[in-house]
Amino acid sequence: MEKKLYSITAIYSYPNDIIRAAKTVRDAGYKKFDVHTPYPIHGLDGAMGLKETKLGFVTLAAAIVGAAGMISFASWVAVVDYPQVIGGKPYWSWPAFVPVTYEIAVLLAVLGTVGAMIAFFFKFPNISHPLHDTPYMKKVSADKFGVSIQADDEQFDEKKVRELLKSAGGEVEAVYYSEEFLTFKPQTFDPKFIVLLAGIALATSAGGYLYFNKVLYLPPFDWMMMQPKVNPQTMSEFYADGFGMRLPVAGTVARGFIPYPYALGAKADSVGKFLVNPLLPTKTTLDLGKKKYFTYCSPCHGNFGNGDSRMNGQFPNPPTLHSDKVRTWPDGAIFHTITVGQNVMPSYQYQISREERWAIVNYIRTLQRAYNAKESDLQ
Amino acid sequence: MSAHESVIIPKKELPANIVKLGWALTVIGLVLVVLSYVTDAQRAGFNNIIGFTFLASVAVGAVFFIALEYIAGAVWSTPFRRVLEFLGMLLIPVVLLAIPIFMNFHDLYHWTHADVVANDKVLQSKSPYLNEQFFTIRFVIYIVIWSLFYFIFRHNSLKQDQDSDQKRTKKNIALAAAFIPLLAISISLFSIDWLMSLEPHWFSTMFGVYYFTGSILTALAVTTYFVVVLSEKGYFFKGINENHYYSFGALLFGLLSFWAYIAFSQFMLIWYANLPEENFWFIARWQNGWEYVSVAIVLLHFWIPYFMLVSRPSKMKPRTLKQSAAILIAAHFLDMYWLVMPTYSASPVLSYYELAFPVLSIGVIIVLFAMQAKKYNLVPVGDPKLQRGIDFTL
Ligand code: HEC
Repeated sequence: MEKKLYSITAIYSYPNDIIRAAKTVRDAGYKKFDVHTPYPIHGLDGAMGLKETKLGFVTLAAAIVGAAGMISFASWVAVVDYPQVIGGKPYWSWPAFVPVTYEIAVLLAVLGTVGAMIAFFFKFPNISHPLHDTPYMKKVSADKFGVSIQADDEQFDEKKVRELLKSAGGEVEAVYYSEEFLTFKPQTFDPKFIVLLAGIALATSAGGYLYFNKVLYLPPFDWMMMQPKVNPQTMSEFYADGFGMRLPVAGTVARGFIPYPYALGAKADSVGKFLVNPLLPTKTTLDLGKKKYFTYCSPCHGNFGNGDSRMNGQFPNPPTLHSDKVRTWPDGAIFHTITVGQNVMPSYQYQISREERWAIVNYIRTLQRAYNAKESDLQ
Repeated sequence: MSAHESVIIPKKELPANIVKLGWALTVIGLVLVVLSYVTDAQRAGFNNIIGFTFLASVAVGAVFFIALEYIAGAVWSTPFRRVLEFLGMLLIPVVLLAIPIFMNFHDLYHWTHADVVANDKVLQSKSPYLNEQFFTIRFVIYIVIWSLFYFIFRHNSLKQDQDSDQKRTKKNIALAAAFIPLLAISISLFSIDWLMSLEPHWFSTMFGVYYFTGSILTALAVTTYFVVVLSEKGYFFKGINENHYYSFGALLFGLLSFWAYIAFSQFMLIWYANLPEENFWFIARWQNGWEYVSVAIVLLHFWIPYFMLVSRPSKMKPRTLKQSAAILIAAHFLDMYWLVMPTYSASPVLSYYELAFPVLSIGVIIVLFAMQAKKYNLVPVGDPKLQRGIDFTL
């Protein structure tokens, strides 16, 4: 097959020589030439007369997209899609978004830079190049420095080029390539190749499984999970009745727990009058009540007890707490409702302590007063 | 390439008008300082702490960069090391500025009052560390560490001008390795002692590194400013070019970003946890006008120089470098003001008290620099890395 001249190359031994050679070639007016070195050499860009790279703009654009995207996403989630009061802060608490914004900006900048570098600047997927597998390439990827002037340069003239490179002190050599190079197509999606890859994947995983599980007999890493103890909700072989979870001894009372005398079915308004609110509506108890109300009640009853929370429509709608009924209820009736629940509203006696429940009652009273303010309240 | 030219180092005196300006600022500053101490010793004392910690930043930061150059084997910075070596001399005015603070100690540091400590559980438990004797001992230790290393570095470097002995570089490298960890610990404790203990109930584990980064950033800004001005006026070797400028710009940019990272982390952790024993410090700096100072610091210490230096060509422009360095120097003054003054007054104050110490500090920096530039080479002519530093390309 006919061989064509690709370029005239020259090999140099020292970094300073290659810088000088690059300058000579540049000054002689050649445009299509490249320099190859085993490691980056300071000052080579300038010597070759390379233009400032545009890659920085890709980095900048990717960083801006990342930062803007992340801050809007975080804001949307925290303000629009799933507003939640966290630590008593406003929904749009931007300092909390700064770390993610910064990190996503860096991440996108890096990915964008590497991606653009490979796709545009390295001309991916160009996997064949006339210089590949030449003695020249072997030298410059080990310990030598090379310059290569392409034959398709406008002012290329083999004799002159050879002389120029020689005068700069290099070992000159020509690189040829065959036509095949131009027509070569990488066969990435060849079915045989795909089958081969699948075969390798299968063989390695099956081999790994057989070796570790059947030959070495290594148990899977589950020591944490498989502890010699009875887990909740599991059978016990020790106890005759087979229950892993045991009931407390009859008459046991948890610390700080006072048994609640009224049953689930008891009517709120009838037992309510037997329960006396032990808390005064001071600022401390109201603050406590507000906090607990926001935590436990507002998800259903809404921030102001109107029954208009974001759960509205997804759960049986709770009635307003400003009805005449609830307003005229004794404190104890509300307390009873929280304690044992009412129809679909569950009991909260295990989540909310007695004191906190009374504080919530006080807070609901303030909400009711605020919604039905009397003339005298306004003075 | 200047590989074969020998380095021509001018050993000229700085221009007379710069020296005169330095002296004028020093004298005006001194007069203002005396005046402030006579009229309101407490206010003057707080301002004294600002000037003191500012100059300590420049001095210690300069010694840090000397050590860093040795230990990292940095080449590009070798021609400019002498500037740092001159700036390290500021350790002397730092010690002098500490004296009036010690004399007014009780007006400035709350925890020095025995009766207050006796009735304060928190201060009582801190008193094994925060007491006057130990405070003084620690200060002496910091100064001894810093100046010991500084004067040995400097001695070796100046001697090398005459004998070009490479062993001196080796010695300094070994010393630098010992110095950097000592410096990191001492400057953190220094900032805790002198700045954080102004508000003795407050604590932040980020504070030491906050002051440390601010310090090295400021020292670098001062160095950059000197290098640009001197080379504009033709005081450096001929080959100084955008490769050197770029290195200054990139380092400034990196450090100011790091400062912002630290400053924001300190703020965010306290803001998020919102614990009353921590957050009052920031609350005090977010009301009664202090919020404007806080915002100004964010702009001057970070955003403005950040955008000035973000692009590659702008890092190479001497003018941009000079301007951003000047902004950063001013920002560090403002930062010290912001750290110190809320203890003195609930809202920002500005009068000749506040100007006295900045004027004095700038004057002293110029005067000390000029005095040494007269006596010694501006470039370490005997350093084996010098030629490579001059020929440095990116
Ligand atoms: C899971 C959602 C949910 C939560 C959380 C919840 N409730 Fe209810 N609540 C309801 C529903 C639904 C009803 C109506 C029940 C019915 O059908 O009678 C109700 C009824 C009530 C009533 C009786 C109103 C009336 O007119 O009969 C009171 C009082 C009440 N809730 C208070 C509270 C308090 C206080 C809390 C916080 C501790 C709370 N609820 C938490 C869903 C909830």
